[in-house]
Amino acid sequence: MVVTELQQRMQQSFKENVDEEYLMDCMRCGFCLPACPTYLVTNKDETHSPRGRIALMKGMRDGDVVWDSSVEESFDMCLGCRACEPACPAGVQYGVLIEETRVAVEQVKPKTIVEKAIRTSTFDGVFADQKKMAGAVKLVQFYQKSGLQKATRKIGFLNLFPPFMKEMEGVLPTIETKKKRTTTLKPKTTTVAFFAGCLMDTLFQETNRKTIELLEWLGANVVIPKEQQCCGALHGHSGELEKGLRNARANVDAFDSDSYDYIVNNAGGCGAFLSEYEKHLQSDSAYAEKSKRFSERMIDISSLLVELGLNNRLKEIQVESQAIVTYQDSCHLRNVNKVFLEPRSLLQDAPGFEYKELIDAGSCCGSAGIYNILQPEMAKKILDLKMKGVRELQPAKIVTSNPGCLMQMQVGIQREGLEDEMQAVHIVDFLYDAIHKNQN
Amino acid sequence: MKVVRKVELKTKNSFASIVGEENVKHSQAHLLAYSYDATANFQEMPDLVLSPRNTEEVAEIVKFCAKEQIPIVPRGSGTNLAAGTVPSRGGVVLLFNNMSEILELDQENLTITTQPGAITQDVSIYVEKNGLFYPPDPSSMKISTIGGNVSENSGGLRGLKYGVTKDYVKALTVVMPDGEVMKIGGKLAKDVAGYDLLSLLVGSEGTLGVITEITLKLIPLPVAKKTGIAYFNSLEEAAKTVSAIIANRIIPVTLEFMDKGTIGAVEDFMEIGLPREAEAMLLMEQDGSEKQVEEDIQKMITIAKENGATSAILAASEEESDVLKTGRRAALSALSRKRPTTILEDATVPRSEIAKMVKAIQEIALKYDVQISTFGHAGDGNLHPTCLTDVRDKEEMERVEKALDEIFQVAIDLGGTITGEHGVGEMKSPYLEWKLGASGMALMRNIKQSIDPQNIMNPGKIFAKETKKRLVIHGGN
Repeated sequence: MVVTELQQRMQQSFKENVDEEYLMDCMRCGFCLPACPTYLVTNKDETHSPRGRIALMKGMRDGDVVWDSSVEESFDMCLGCRACEPACPAGVQYGVLIEETRVAVEQVKPKTIVEKAIRTSTFDGVFADQKKMAGAVKLVQFYQKSGLQKATRKIGFLNLFPPFMKEMEGVLPTIETKKKRTTTLKPKTTTVAFFAGCLMDTLFQETNRKTIELLEWLGANVVIPKEQQCCGALHGHSGELEKGLRNARANVDAFDSDSYDYIVNNAGGCGAFLSEYEKHLQSDSAYAEKSKRFSERMIDISSLLVELGLNNRLKEIQVESQAIVTYQDSCHLRNVNKVFLEPRSLLQDAPGFEYKELIDAGSCCGSAGIYNILQPEMAKKILDLKMKGVRELQPAKIVTSNPGCLMQMQVGIQREGLEDEMQAVHIVDFLYDAIHKNQN
Repeated sequence: MKVVRKVELKTKNSFASIVGEENVKHSQAHLLAYSYDATANFQEMPDLVLSPRNTEEVAEIVKFCAKEQIPIVPRGSGTNLAAGTVPSRGGVVLLFNNMSEILELDQENLTITTQPGAITQDVSIYVEKNGLFYPPDPSSMKISTIGGNVSENSGGLRGLKYGVTKDYVKALTVVMPDGEVMKIGGKLAKDVAGYDLLSLLVGSEGTLGVITEITLKLIPLPVAKKTGIAYFNSLEEAAKTVSAIIANRIIPVTLEFMDKGTIGAVEDFMEIGLPREAEAMLLMEQDGSEKQVEEDIQKMITIAKENGATSAILAASEEESDVLKTGRRAALSALSRKRPTTILEDATVPRSEIAKMVKAIQEIALKYDVQISTFGHAGDGNLHPTCLTDVRDKEEMERVEKALDEIFQVAIDLGGTITGEHGVGEMKSPYLEWKLGASGMALMRNIKQSIDPQNIMNPGKIFAKETKKRLVIHGGN
């Protein structure tokens, strides 16, 4: 076999970027296999399993394989959902390994001009700067309000895009213009700094408003530090970890105040990366301590609502259950932050609904950041499997904890033609509405 | 890694015409992903990976391989612990991901018939839903396949009372090395027509043919079960408890053992509040009628206390008991947290010798200055001493090898065997003669030779090129 110069550089890049000690942690027992969505939907293809991918990372490093399309596909198909981590008795840090792999690949892989442009505008532009994100959202807003959206839908402009993009466009939430935030209802005891999240603060502004309102209603003092940025998770997951860490440092600075009891976020994908700032910045002497403080105070919205006593408030509202509510886990909230009981406990206490568990609720829906755009076929297979469970359960609401999951589940609902029967909603919106509709 | 290339493009096309293009894989990623199983330090690439869809396709594949002398390695989920599914001579890896259906549940004969790729736990859950019970439960049951279990004659946590896989295999469809399809056994309570070919095939590790359909015996699901947990300040006390329980005529379902190192590793993974300071732990489960279960479990708790248990209690709930068993099943993988490489053994001795074996393992670890943690099916006399090491450290690996050699030798001297349930594979093949002797090996070779004269079925397994020089152990140091 002739090894090209690119392949040599790729092997070198794996040697430099992918930690051998972490690779050696995997003893190949296979306990991760049944937890991996891509392994399951590919009829148990080992190349699409965590064990197979780790073997390929090691193979790249050791020179047992050379970089080619099959190796690349194996890594590309990984959702990064990290369901393999809690399943792994050996404690393999798969999340770190796949991130390191993506860094290794990005450093060497030649990109087309278009891809370069997209990456630059996405990671250096929109997701790096909250103002630019707001600007981008204004365009979406304009697009929606102006009637252009209707027009493009009519003329099938989006037919030019991959089918999945088209479906995603169909479920974009209507963007509200920013409203003034509500005031408090109770004496304040807890001070909470709100991490607004770039998508959540723009596309899902309404959810953020309700998040703040709920927290204030429960007696929290909510502060929104101004200098905050996108969390950087998307950069990290795409091999642009350094750019992600630029955002991380900015956020650590923005939230570095002793007056905050908690730093709360309402997007599972962001939350996991935020809680891992500490891990990523531990060797940066200027940020090691600060990032530890940051990550320690990080909490997801469900856990905080439970902490602030929302369950009892929900129980006080006594309304007959009329419909089924279910929950689709956010992978990173579940697998990285180990939060899955809290959202369920809130839904169990929600007035007017009966909570029922969705089959394999802990398994990825296929959204996985921008995976559904990059790997539409695999994402569709995973979503189809998910929707099989949904069809059996027939819930009126599918509650999620992350914007990506929310849109993906809504795509699933539309694809199955179930939009008249059910709806995917963010947990905050769901709880807010359940309270407001049922309170006299 | 040395790669042997035997299969040419023409050959690939021939296989595609049998199983369909989509079921032939030979990308670099695939060859690497099917080059290993769960055994440390064994890896070799196959030339092709095939996923046949039925017995007929398997037969066609085998016929072709026989003609071209291409090695065939049947593979379940690759959880083997003796390098039994590593394609050490290249060739074709046969997958059963397209043959994973449960075919029939026969409620009158109490049997279930499955394809080899069915996942053990799926079968177990399915029959339990129907009020029946399939007892063999290897630790990897959530991942392993029935075909793999049959080929390896897998054991599990319930072996003490219910036996191992071979005790449940009633009938097999096998594609023999010449491509002939053979059906052996049946849904029969009794069958002495000729040699017991079922027993020969079960546990043959893919070296005698390819199993394509399996009929398993089921039993009624016990109505009750309870679990006791006991902690000890010494390994010997735990071992003595095991012997005392059996001597008291109690045959529990499960009598599992974990030492301090294992308890700590499992606790690191599960965080369920196991006491890290305990030197040993026993997990004791009984099933049957409510009355019998209560009686036996209380007796076992009393025996444990009499033998020095610092604490011996009943698990608070079935959930707690399940969590503890899950922890025990994860023991080996959890141990690998401690060092980069885990090499485990499967030495088995008569139950009465368990205390001696445990003590010997401790002494051997000290003698060679290696880190060994032990867990296992104490009630079966089946221990899994696990060396925690680093393959990159050549000097340490030499000491590990010596320690393992000595463990094998001690087990055999105590009337035991080199492997209780993991199989010989490639890893333990150099030691097989220690157990079987020259005449035993000769008989096995003759059997293999007459069934698979071309040695295409999983070559390099069970039969080593060379037997290890036998250790002579001198008393004392």
